[in-house]
Amino acid sequence: MTNYLEFERPLAEIEGKAEELRAMGRDNEDMDIEAEAKALDKKARALLDELYAKLTPWRKCQVARHPDRPHCKDYIKELFQEYTPLAGDRNFADDHSIMGGLARLGDRPVVVIGHEKGHDTKSRIARNFGMARPEGYRKAIRLMDLANRFGLPVISLVDTPGAFPGKGAEERGQSEAIARSTEKCLQLTVPLISVIIGEGGSGGAVAFATANRLVMLEHSIYSVISPEGCASILWKDAEKMREAAEALRLTAQDLTTLGICDQIIAEPKGGAHRDPKSTMQAVGQTLAKLLDELGKKKPDSLMKDRRQKFLDMGTKGLAS
Amino acid sequence: MNWISNYVRPKINSLFSRREVPENLWTKCAECGTMLFHRELSENLNVCTHCDHHMGISPRARMETLFDGGIFVEVDVPKPITDPLHFRDQKKYPDRMKAAQKKTGEAEAMLVVEGEMGRTGIVAACQDFAFMGGSMGMYVGNAIIAAAQRAVELKRPLILFSAAGGARMQEGILSLMQMPRTTVAVQMLKEAGLPYIVVLTHPTTGGVTASYAMLGDVHIAEPNALICFAGQRVIEQTIREKLPEGFQRAEYLLDHGMLDRVTHRTQMRDELITITRMLLKQSPAIKGDLPKPSTDETSVETNSAK
Ligand SMILES: [Zn+2]
Repeated sequence: MTNYLEFERPLAEIEGKAEELRAMGRDNEDMDIEAEAKALDKKARALLDELYAKLTPWRKCQVARHPDRPHCKDYIKELFQEYTPLAGDRNFADDHSIMGGLARLGDRPVVVIGHEKGHDTKSRIARNFGMARPEGYRKAIRLMDLANRFGLPVISLVDTPGAFPGKGAEERGQSEAIARSTEKCLQLTVPLISVIIGEGGSGGAVAFATANRLVMLEHSIYSVISPEGCASILWKDAEKMREAAEALRLTAQDLTTLGICDQIIAEPKGGAHRDPKSTMQAVGQTLAKLLDELGKKKPDSLMKDRRQKFLDMGTKGLAS
Repeated sequence: MNWISNYVRPKINSLFSRREVPENLWTKCAECGTMLFHRELSENLNVCTHCDHHMGISPRARMETLFDGGIFVEVDVPKPITDPLHFRDQKKYPDRMKAAQKKTGEAEAMLVVEGEMGRTGIVAACQDFAFMGGSMGMYVGNAIIAAAQRAVELKRPLILFSAAGGARMQEGILSLMQMPRTTVAVQMLKEAGLPYIVVLTHPTTGGVTASYAMLGDVHIAEPNALICFAGQRVIEQTIREKLPEGFQRAEYLLDHGMLDRVTHRTQMRDELITITRMLLKQSPAIKGDLPKPSTDETSVETNSAK
């Protein structure tokens, strides 16, 4: 069953009708419904094209957060071999909202880290909806350190509404953990490639996305604050999230113009969740290409180039 | 001032920043309700003489209390592109900027200066909460990078006073990118072997806390300063639980291991001098301040000519 977004309701009706027709056809073999069903399919495809040809920023946010969108766990399963999860921050706990460990991309051993949101109520709660606590960032720091010592590239898959706002998280130094994770990203002498596969929520995303290359899926977002949060602060009305999403310039396309996103990976018509496999494969190909490219660089310049890239942000290539 | 002093002597900011305030003005302490004489309050560095409540203080006034003789020189900060997103909420971003500039008399939310503290050369950066909530945008990022570069150039410690509601939303992703940018600035200092001391003042929250404010060699906070990543309202809505008394205040963070010290504003100067001189392996400082520059220009020039 497809989960439709609010703006996809007309599409849901057409696709629903086609499905109904086919069900009827199966029950009554003498009825010829295929022609009619095919016409509906065609209509649905046209509508899907139309809807996704010009997604507003707010609609992009909804697609980026779509519950059926492939998540970190799916990518790891699809793209990596010998995935060996490594757990814990050696301090307090293992944060299940952050997946990470050793794995192979093709033949190449890498360290992969990512936010996992979960796919149903039970796993969402277990994964804390992809919102990490300090332990999650400290686990990531530990894994990045490991990668650095053994010369393995780091791949981070970003998909989080943001860092978890909780009592314990604050007490155990959420700010410090995020700051140290960002610092660790900037100290690595191995390639660090980050892919925003869904939602890049504020500091919780920066902690992993301070990379040599930032890749974004076509309908992913990356923002300083959620549109809802921004609306409630600046418009004093959380319902103004459409306006806020527009003003924040948080789409992959906007972020390319602003010189933040290095590469966009196209999604299937109707979003990644309509064809997860091809989406994930496209990400895999991009990762392999970027690893080849960055693999030619010297360790020292990988670090220096990464730092320079951030120092230059806002000074170069900004279309005003 | 003749042309020579104008040319040779860098501007003494404290002279220009000192605004004439009528002597009979009263300020009511928001904490204890005591009415305080303006003069008495400013002589106590905007700390309530009755209950020790630390009120806001402008970056210039703060720098004046810290540097020898109240003398410091401003460090230039590269100006970023203004309003890169053409951001508009209920107001246009440039209009909000203009209002903040008019209110504070400052160009932006961070002041970078150099001077001497207890005869030790120091670079300092000070965030201005009165300027759009001290929010961290491209200018603040540039300011911290400029401060770090200047400190490295002069081989001096950097003391940073943080105060911010978080990121400058009107600069969108570019404000978020100041988290990694300022982290690079901190790395410049660390790799040059220079002390980086953070003084967290009320309030220091959000992305600012989660970057340069939590990466110091030493973390000092002013009493009762609010220091956090997530705001209390957001936390209460998420966990549906009342938060304990003093949660996210300086003393609470000290208890939880996030700070080295909580220090009264009137003792801050001595403490910063003591710490920086030890980190730089210098001899103990001669305590006390040089005489404050007089508002009479001739006497100031004689002072600085020595
Ligand atoms: Zn008081």
